[in-house]
Amino acid sequence: MSEAIVEAIGLALHYKLPGNRLLRAVDGVDLTIGRGATLGLVGESGSGKSTLGRTLVGLQSPSEGEVRFEGEPVAGARRAKLVRLRRQRQIVFQDPSGALNPRMTLGDTIVEHLRVQGFSRVAARERAGEVLTLAGLSRAFSGRYPHEVSGGQRQRAVIARAISTDPAFIVADEPVSALDVSTRAQIMNLMRELQRRSGLAMLFISHDLSIVAHMCREVAVMYLGQLVERAPRDSLFRTPLHPYTAALLSAIPAPDPVLERTRTRIVLKGETPDPSAIPPGCRFHTRCLRATEVCTRVTPETRMLLPGHTVACHHPLEA
Amino acid sequence: MSGSGRLLAVEDLTVAFGPTKAVDRISFTLDAGETLGLVGESGCGKSTTAMALIRLLQGAETGGHAWFEGVDLVAVAEERMREIRGGAIGMIFQDPATALHPMIRVGDQVAETLRTHRRLGAKAARARTIELFRQVGVAAPEERLSVYPHEMSGGMCQRVIIAMAIACSPRLLLADEPTTALDVTVQAQILELLHSIARDGAMSMILITHDLGVVAGVTNRVAVMYAGVIVETAPTDRLFADPKHPYTQGLLRSIPRLDSGWDEDMPTIAGAVHDAHALPGCRFAPRCPLAAEVCREAPPLRSFGADHQAACWRAS
Repeated sequence: MSEAIVEAIGLALHYKLPGNRLLRAVDGVDLTIGRGATLGLVGESGSGKSTLGRTLVGLQSPSEGEVRFEGEPVAGARRAKLVRLRRQRQIVFQDPSGALNPRMTLGDTIVEHLRVQGFSRVAARERAGEVLTLAGLSRAFSGRYPHEVSGGQRQRAVIARAISTDPAFIVADEPVSALDVSTRAQIMNLMRELQRRSGLAMLFISHDLSIVAHMCREVAVMYLGQLVERAPRDSLFRTPLHPYTAALLSAIPAPDPVLERTRTRIVLKGETPDPSAIPPGCRFHTRCLRATEVCTRVTPETRMLLPGHTVACHHPLEA
Repeated sequence: MSGSGRLLAVEDLTVAFGPTKAVDRISFTLDAGETLGLVGESGCGKSTTAMALIRLLQGAETGGHAWFEGVDLVAVAEERMREIRGGAIGMIFQDPATALHPMIRVGDQVAETLRTHRRLGAKAARARTIELFRQVGVAAPEERLSVYPHEMSGGMCQRVIIAMAIACSPRLLLADEPTTALDVTVQAQILELLHSIARDGAMSMILITHDLGVVAGVTNRVAVMYAGVIVETAPTDRLFADPKHPYTQGLLRSIPRLDSGWDEDMPTIAGAVHDAHALPGCRFAPRCPLAAEVCREAPPLRSFGADHQAACWRAS
């Protein structure tokens, strides 16, 4: 657990916009994920969570800072190492229909993926059948086209493809958000099982805190390109320190009519500001109920206030 | 149909696309001021039901009745329907980005509704639009009138759509996944808004959603749909406290909760809805833990106490 598989150091990814403006999608993130660990990453649209995930697997290059894999920087890796890095880092996207080629059978999709990663034709075929079975689809699904199977089965195929190269790290970007409630639970169980079995490390991105609660031992909260809080799961849910985390938790509609009627909800002002016009000081101050003058000027430092529980806030909630 | 404040009575509503019955003889009622949650997974027919009520379906064959203030929405002439749609019945759709015209200023879009249905002049329509914007929480309403949809956030667009939907003080609001495309903190704001509008305006609402959490907070009564039929209906509190249908029970169990243990797997419902519409007998049977011989025959809705019904032979 202690050994880091993936690290981000001062990671930033900025997009250039017309008129010399910068969209700071990710803006100074330090992050470590241990071997075999699952970190949940929550945040709302525009928080930069997907961009962070894509940068960690090398789909995008950082504007500043660096990504390290097994202790070594990935930037500037030579060809042979790059192939290995690709096998080692995989990603599962939200929409399984968009992630699969509609004109390719599920088996061929996986075979193609493996061929690109340098597997021989025979080995790729064999492995494709194996991973389809691991993902809860039988080998018989190998010859089916995406439109011939259900959404849940499509996502199983996407997961099968991601694990086919036996990666050490997977970014799962909202992997169950496009699925129905009953299917969602099946896919969540599958991912947990694969993770347990293969000791794979995972960054599990979701906007849904209750799903993250079920999948991850540790959770990080992202707001406008930065991590505002990170903590062991129970510590985060029982004693959120950042006002934003507290608001997120309180906004989740609970499947319990009695609780819904009685609880008081923290309703935040407004919406997340545009990431191309980030407020000065603490980025959350424009919506924060606890904000004071200092928050409008000074960026809060990240501090550890409880065991393993860090927060970037001038006025954290009671620990 | 009128009587004790009954606003809508749907009787044996059927919607068929060719041989497939997306909605198969469903019946439910809605009283004035009541909010009904219509819940189910994709393809269960919940959106189709709403679209059938306002007759916006193309290529569908609709049967049965939907009595709304003495008018059968299924059979009424198109001309009359056009008055009802956007007039006595307001609608909110899931995706705020596509529900607004991208090249017309938002103020004009709301005003158009008022001018069409209420025959208001330009000035009066503008004044009423500002009033509506204020009501739904659009900040600086006068300035926002001349803004285009792409200049506003998703939450703000959804507020404009709500303003448009309630512009003519509808008696019934159909809200199809009104918060699904929004972030949780914004969802909380919009649900709060819908709830207060329904309460203050004594407006009835059908809230269509896949999210049982959303239903719990906003509705008085819930109807659960599966593969084109209503499998259970009950007052909201009762449905959550004592669900009868195995599908409802499974749905409730498979919602992840913040307090559920990390080391437990999620309870699931086996299989998938795939092709259930074509099944004879109970459509949930292939996935049901209680399925037995008797389930080869379609179960009728049976009563399980006041206002609580479930379509299951085996429920007790």
